[in-house]
Amino acid sequence: MRFARVTFLLPCLLTAQVPYERIVNADGEPGVWLTYSGNYQGHRYSRLAEITPANVAGLRPLWVYQTNNPRTEVSPVVVDGVMYVTEANNVTALDVHTGRSLWSWTRPIPKDLQTIGFGRTNRGVAVIDELVVVGTLDAHLVALDAKTGAVRWDAEVADYKVGHCITGAPIAIDGKILTGISGGEAGIRGFIDAYDAKSGKRLWRFWTIPGPGEPGHDTWTSDAWKTGGGSTWVSGSYDPDLKLVYWGVGNPGPDWNGDSRIGDNLYTCSLIALDADTGKLRWHFQFTPHDEHDWDATEIPVLINGTVRGQPRKLMAMANRNGFYYLLDRATGEFLLGTPYAKQTWAKGLDDSGRPMVLPNSAPSVQGTLVYPSLQGATNWFSPSYSPKTNLFYVAVREMGSYYFKGEAEYKPGTFFAGGGERALDGDQAWGAIRALYPTTGKMIWEFRLKSPPWAGVLSTAGGLVFGGSNEGNFYALDARDGKPLWDFQTGSSMESNPISFFVDGKQRVAVAAGRAVFVFGLAGN
Amino acid sequence: MARLIGSISFLCLLSAQAQTRAPQSPQPSNLTAQDLTRGKQLFEAQCAPCHGIQGTGGKGANLARPTLKHAADDAGLFAVIQNGIENTGMPRAWQMTDREVWLVVAHVRSLGRVAVENLPGDAAQGKALFRSQGCGACHIVNGVGGNLGPELTEVGARRSSERLRQCLLEPGKALPDGFVMVRAVRGDGSALEGIRVNEDSFTIQLRDLANRFHSLRKQQLQTLEYKLEATPMSSYRDKLSGAEVDHLVAYLASLRGQR
Repeated sequence: MRFARVTFLLPCLLTAQVPYERIVNADGEPGVWLTYSGNYQGHRYSRLAEITPANVAGLRPLWVYQTNNPRTEVSPVVVDGVMYVTEANNVTALDVHTGRSLWSWTRPIPKDLQTIGFGRTNRGVAVIDELVVVGTLDAHLVALDAKTGAVRWDAEVADYKVGHCITGAPIAIDGKILTGISGGEAGIRGFIDAYDAKSGKRLWRFWTIPGPGEPGHDTWTSDAWKTGGGSTWVSGSYDPDLKLVYWGVGNPGPDWNGDSRIGDNLYTCSLIALDADTGKLRWHFQFTPHDEHDWDATEIPVLINGTVRGQPRKLMAMANRNGFYYLLDRATGEFLLGTPYAKQTWAKGLDDSGRPMVLPNSAPSVQGTLVYPSLQGATNWFSPSYSPKTNLFYVAVREMGSYYFKGEAEYKPGTFFAGGGERALDGDQAWGAIRALYPTTGKMIWEFRLKSPPWAGVLSTAGGLVFGGSNEGNFYALDARDGKPLWDFQTGSSMESNPISFFVDGKQRVAVAAGRAVFVFGLAGN
Repeated sequence: MARLIGSISFLCLLSAQAQTRAPQSPQPSNLTAQDLTRGKQLFEAQCAPCHGIQGTGGKGANLARPTLKHAADDAGLFAVIQNGIENTGMPRAWQMTDREVWLVVAHVRSLGRVAVENLPGDAAQGKALFRSQGCGACHIVNGVGGNLGPELTEVGARRSSERLRQCLLEPGKALPDGFVMVRAVRGDGSALEGIRVNEDSFTIQLRDLANRFHSLRKQQLQTLEYKLEATPMSSYRDKLSGAEVDHLVAYLASLRGQR
């Protein structure tokens, strides 16, 4: 009997572990967590419902994995009993039952490597077929064999010596691996790349700063486009039906002194929709033209369907770093809605096209200009979540203002190209919240207040919970309907990460990184 | 692209390797006003994006403090700037010459230290007053004293004489950063008052006036009141003469951490 069963299973084992179709249908397989955000649509929502408001008080840590990074921001990927976690230039495969390592791959970090404006970290992998793909600090994209960690291919994405770097998780789609690039404080020219999943050969590159002769180039003065920033340092989302890739673009450079780059500075602080096959721009929407506050638009684009003003639409929702919540038609890029979801003092509002009506005296100055939100934004790279069960959009919000200073900016390859800085209001002057917004209006339904502006994203579940993390080390669960706190656990370190959920032998688990460790939780007795 | 490097203190993570590399050129003496301005410019261009324009921290550590825990001296700070700190966002400053690094060292050292002022009072008389008024019952100086109030061993390096004077005359308006007294009413109706020691979104830790620690879960409290400007320290406005206040300020200003 046992032999017969093994024979029956063999054909399955010989097929590709994670074919593209399996990722497309991720929502139909709630026990795994196949992409950075759980699905292509950026929902960070688990369809598992074992852990509920009624029993979450019994949630306990089951195992802990210690990385070598002082701080890990990884959002693990879990497939077929294996969890893939990353550190800077490292991927480790863990047994989900025990947290014991199955294999570990490390690429040495060059001695002369510098991360300009951020820490040495990595947020996760993409999986497809038999591959686990990761970006490295020295700007390589590396595909590893999922069973052994052996290198299948290694592509040099860009030159790390002038500030290029990869910290975000790639996206794997049909036959392609997509990656963004970091370096927005080093005066890089940003891009999004697609690589052939089989060979690692580059298929296309979309420059986020248009070159001479390209549409949008006239939004830059003189040679400013060459060092214009526009990094793409967080993952994007994907619509498999429209075959469009949605990716947020970072700030223009230099950050806080825009004198050398008069104009809107496309496509910085924008969302771009690219044809997945060709990398051609289908549409763009710029949230913050001529940004001088470092308000990257690199937040996760959340793809949902809904009815706006009586018309059913395919939507893209984003809680932007600039303090506004936006709703766009994701097929056309049409602006549908924009409303503040946090305190902001820089814009009177948005006009009918979604362009901000900027208030006077909100630009950085030599003596310092107080503006809300702070440089780190009303939210940042950590993920929001959309629950189809409650039909609510959950976002971790930073209520914090900042004095913005304007300084000199001189471009030297491989150094800061920033032109100023900030002095943030902190201590008891700053606070945070998890807010639940009604997705088609942006109206706040509830909020749960946090002691300080958070650096951890949220996960919502079909069990009716929202999980989040705090700077003070609390990992906690809220009631998804009203935000009531139901459970919390002290992890012992500030949390700068996103939670996930998956099955182990049919039992629901929740995992999150805190400090240098990855914690896995389950109900007591399971 | 800028992000928090959080509560990670760059300088606290200074690696042993970084400390071993000595500067090739010696620390310049007699820096001119122009040198200091250059150090400030370099800091603003290369360090301020993470450490804040006034060095008070942001993504990087707060450098506006008199002692930097793991950069004990200027040479240690030079090494941190020149070599960076491994496994953190603190890059090495390969683009700066040794002399430029020294100018940045001078600027960073100036951030957290109040300059020595010429004051009307007499520090020796102030020290005697500190003793006779019983200040040591609540404050530690150089390892000696009570522990209800903040340690004052290096208070003169961190606080201007004006602020020190305010601490004596209107202590509620010159509280230490983050200091707050709270009053909590528990589920059973019993009240507890004390100094906040730590707090997160779910719990708060207090030290009561009998110096006992308490840990409370916020959800189990009926009320939690933050008593702004409250302090166990009383004003010395009516207890000391103007000259005595001057002496005490001069003594406190002389406490600069040198033991």
